Formats: sequence, C-alpha cells, structure tokens
Amino acid sequence: MSLDATLTTPALAETTRRRTRRPASLGLLGAATLGTLLLVWWAVTALGLIEPLFLPSPGAVLGKLWQLSREGYLDASLWQHIGASLGRIALGLLAALATAIPVGLAIGRNRIARGVLDPLIEFYRPIPPLAYLPLIVIWCGIGELSKVLLIYLAIFAPIAIATANGVRNVDPARLRAAQSLGARRTQLLRHVILPSALPDILTGIRIGLGVGWSTLVAAELVAATRGLGFMVQSAAQFLVTDVVVLGILIIALVAFALELGLRALQRRLVPWHGQGQ
Amino acid sequence: MALLQLHRVSATYPGQQEPVLADLSFDLGPGQLLVALGPSGSGKTTLLNLIAGFVAPSAGRISLDGATVEGPSAERGVVFQDDALLPWQDVLDNVAFGLQLAGVPRLQREARARELLALVGLADFATRRVWQLSGGQKQRVGIARALAADPRLLLLDEPFGALDAFTREQMQALLLQVWQRAAKPVFLITHDIEEAVFLATDLILLAPAPGRIVERLSLDFGRRHGAGESVRSIKSDPLFIEAREHVLARVFAERQQRSPA
Repeated sequence: MSLDATLTTPALAETTRRRTRRPASLGLLGAATLGTLLLVWWAVTALGLIEPLFLPSPGAVLGKLWQLSREGYLDASLWQHIGASLGRIALGLLAALATAIPVGLAIGRNRIARGVLDPLIEFYRPIPPLAYLPLIVIWCGIGELSKVLLIYLAIFAPIAIATANGVRNVDPARLRAAQSLGARRTQLLRHVILPSALPDILTGIRIGLGVGWSTLVAAELVAATRGLGFMVQSAAQFLVTDVVVLGILIIALVAFALELGLRALQRRLVPWHGQGQ
Repeated sequence: MALLQLHRVSATYPGQQEPVLADLSFDLGPGQLLVALGPSGSGKTTLLNLIAGFVAPSAGRISLDGATVEGPSAERGVVFQDDALLPWQDVLDNVAFGLQLAGVPRLQREARARELLALVGLADFATRRVWQLSGGQKQRVGIARALAADPRLLLLDEPFGALDAFTREQMQALLLQVWQRAAKPVFLITHDIEEAVFLATDLILLAPAPGRIVERLSLDFGRRHGAGESVRSIKSDPLFIEAREHVLARVFAERQQRSPA
C-alpha cells in the first residue's frame, strides 16, 4: 500500500475518516440485527404465539442460566460441563498442533513427504466426522480417547494444509537473503520458513478450532457424562427446551470468544500481515 | 584482500539448449566497483546469482581468493532488488541477522548493527518495524544487513531500480560512500546507463542471446565523487556526458544488429 505523493491533504483526511468510520457502522449493524432478533424472540413468546415447549422466552432461558450455574444439570455444574468441553477441545488442539505443524512443514518442504501424506489428508478431510465416528468407537472404545480423537482429526487437517501452504509460499528472496548471510538448513527453518508461514498457520488454527468445536456435540454423543454437547443432547431427550436453547447459546458464545481470541493473537503475533509485505 | 575471478563461465537453465551466459571472464579485486550493465534478457541477474552461489555454472569456474564458489555463503553479501527484509524483526535485528546466524552474542551483534545503521544514515531507526520504512530506507537497511556479516565482497541486484529519481541519486552517493569506507569490492547490476557510468570503476556491457560481454570500460566518476566532487558537477561534466553517450550508442548498436527493423 503506497500513498501517492501528489495526494492532497483533504483527500487524505477523507480516506482516514472513512476508514475509521466503517468498522463502527458495521458493529452497529451487527448489534441492531442481534437486538431485532432478540426483540422478535421476546415478542412471540410474550404474546403466547409459540408454546414454551418449542421456544421458551428469553427470560426463562436467562432464569435457567441462573439456576444451572448454582445447581448444575445432571450431576455436574454448568462450569463442569463447559470445562469438560473446553478440556477436550484443548487436548485435541494441543495434539493437532504438535503433529500437524511438523507434518505441514514436511509436506511443504519435501517432495516425498508431500507425495505420501498429501493424498491421505485430502482423502479423510472431506469425510464428515459423524461418518467415521462409529469406526473410531469400534477401534478405541467409548472412553475419553474417542472423543478427543474425533476432535483432533477434525482440527489436524486444516492446520496441516494451511502450514504446508504457508511453507510453499515463502518468498524465495527471503530464503536467498538468509542463505547469503550464512544460514544453514535448520536456521532457515527456524528463522525464515516458520515465521513466514506463521500467518497461514494461525489461519489454519482458526479454521481448525471452528471445525473442532462443531464436532464437539457429535463427540459428546458417545457415552459422555459431562460436556455442553452432552447437556444439550440429554436435555433434548427430556424436552427441557430452555436448557437446549441455553446450551446452544453457550456453545455459540464460546465459539465466538475463541474466534475473537485467535484474531487478537493473530494481530499480536503477526502484526506485519497485511502491511504490504 | 578479496579477489573474485570468473574464468570462462557459462550458464544454462535446466531443459534449455541456448545458454543464458556464454564464456564470461573477468576479475574483481580490491578498490574496484564493477557494474554489469545490460538490457533485460542479457543474463545479468543470472550472473549475480552465479557469483552469490544461488545457481551453479554449467561450465567454467568462479573463485573467491582462489577457493571455488560452491553455494551461497556469508563471505558474499547480497543486496536484493526488493529488499527481502524479515518483517517479524525490527530494523536492528534485521541488520544483526547475519551475526545472529553466526552465533554472535546479542550485545556484541547489536553494537555492530548500530555502527552499520549509522554508516547508512539510519542511526535513529533501530527500533522501527520494516513496514514503516520507505523504499530507500529499506534498501539502506538491506545494505547495512549485507555488510554486518562482514562479507569479503558485496553484490547488489538492481538495488535502486524501484526508487524514485531523487532517492536513487541519494542512494548512489551513499553506496559510493559505503564502498569507500568499507573498502570491499562491489559488484552491481543495473539497466540504468547513467547509474552505471556514475558508479563504476569498471563497467562491463552485456548483450543478450546468449549473455556475453561486448565492452569493458574503466571509469573514474565514482572516485571523483568520493574525492569530494558533487553529483551534479560530475553528471554535467562533458567527460561524463561523453562516456554516457558512448555507452548508450553501444547499447543501441547491439540492438540494431540483432533486429534491423
């Protein structure tokens, strides 16, 4: 991005003003949408247009939140349900980071590794996790391992693919610059290739976490006693609709928080991304 | 003191019949600033890549102080056309990068990097981020970074091609100053005739298909600038204009021979 030297000052002020105004109006629009949705929800339930069995009122859901956070649901507090889900996704993510980044580096740097690993990943990636869940249960049982494994598999592919992509797109001039400064192979990897690929790796993690979180409910269908997915699922079986709605909202909020957190991390770790580099 | 020797060097791209460079020989020694001038397609970037060790010659031998060049190394510093700085490091760390790779302790390498930033006139820019710099400033950092690893020879790949005319002239003067202070042989490629005539102590003119040397000149305008004469006074000197027109005529003569239209 380069500003033309002949650009006059009023024009410059105009672009800056427009740039600062735009995100605010976007946020405003988003808030207005959510507000309207909430209002419609409140109106249809308050007017008795829909049975509470199908859609409980916002007040009832809020009340349920208060009740659950004090009393818990099905032998576990709300925090234990949230904690169990977050723990599973954290384990899956850690395992995926530890394996997918090296695998992505290998695919991006080495032709043989690419030839061997790329088809495997591309083969399993498009399969919906629910489709291979029964096989995982047959192989690994109904314990915690199956649940984490399912989430792990969902997160692994996006991170590995994004890493390989980032590694392949490293600017060759940067590699040559480092080589002409005396960099050895391992130093190239540590000082040039990994930092260059970091924006892509972080994008992969964002996508992976999104997919992983959405397979959580599926994973917690398998003989779980705790977790947000389990909570929603068992509440549905007893037609406790307010808990179902509450669970869905909490799942959405956690996903939103994860996404915001990762964006903040991205801004902090790779401030050069999108700076015309 | 460093001596770079090219002996009957040729280069061919894999899978191609026609060589990019055919049978080049020249020496580059202490006190010299050698400029390779040529139109695009004359193989000047290939020539620089050969000397840097990024590609291997298909025939002939390149040696630095008698040792054959095999692959890139810190003894031949390179300044790139598009700066190739690392945006995750600040300016100081970029300059100190070569010393970091060599395992020099932080305090020592930062002290050295500060000296070089002062040499290129960026003493106050140590903590800036790379993307906050202008094009000319980036190239100054590139020059400081290449010098920090204390190479025996400095290679520059059309370093000022992307700069505006005013900045380019400043950078040319800076390069002459750095060349004299650092006392290292410099090899520079460019397609800018005036730049070549102004900077070079030795100028080789390359012609394309296949890339070969069609003329060698010894010039002293860069040295005169180093001795204190102003850029404007040199560039308006009839001797300078004559040399520039001579080179220009040679470039056109080569063109006409190749395509009589």
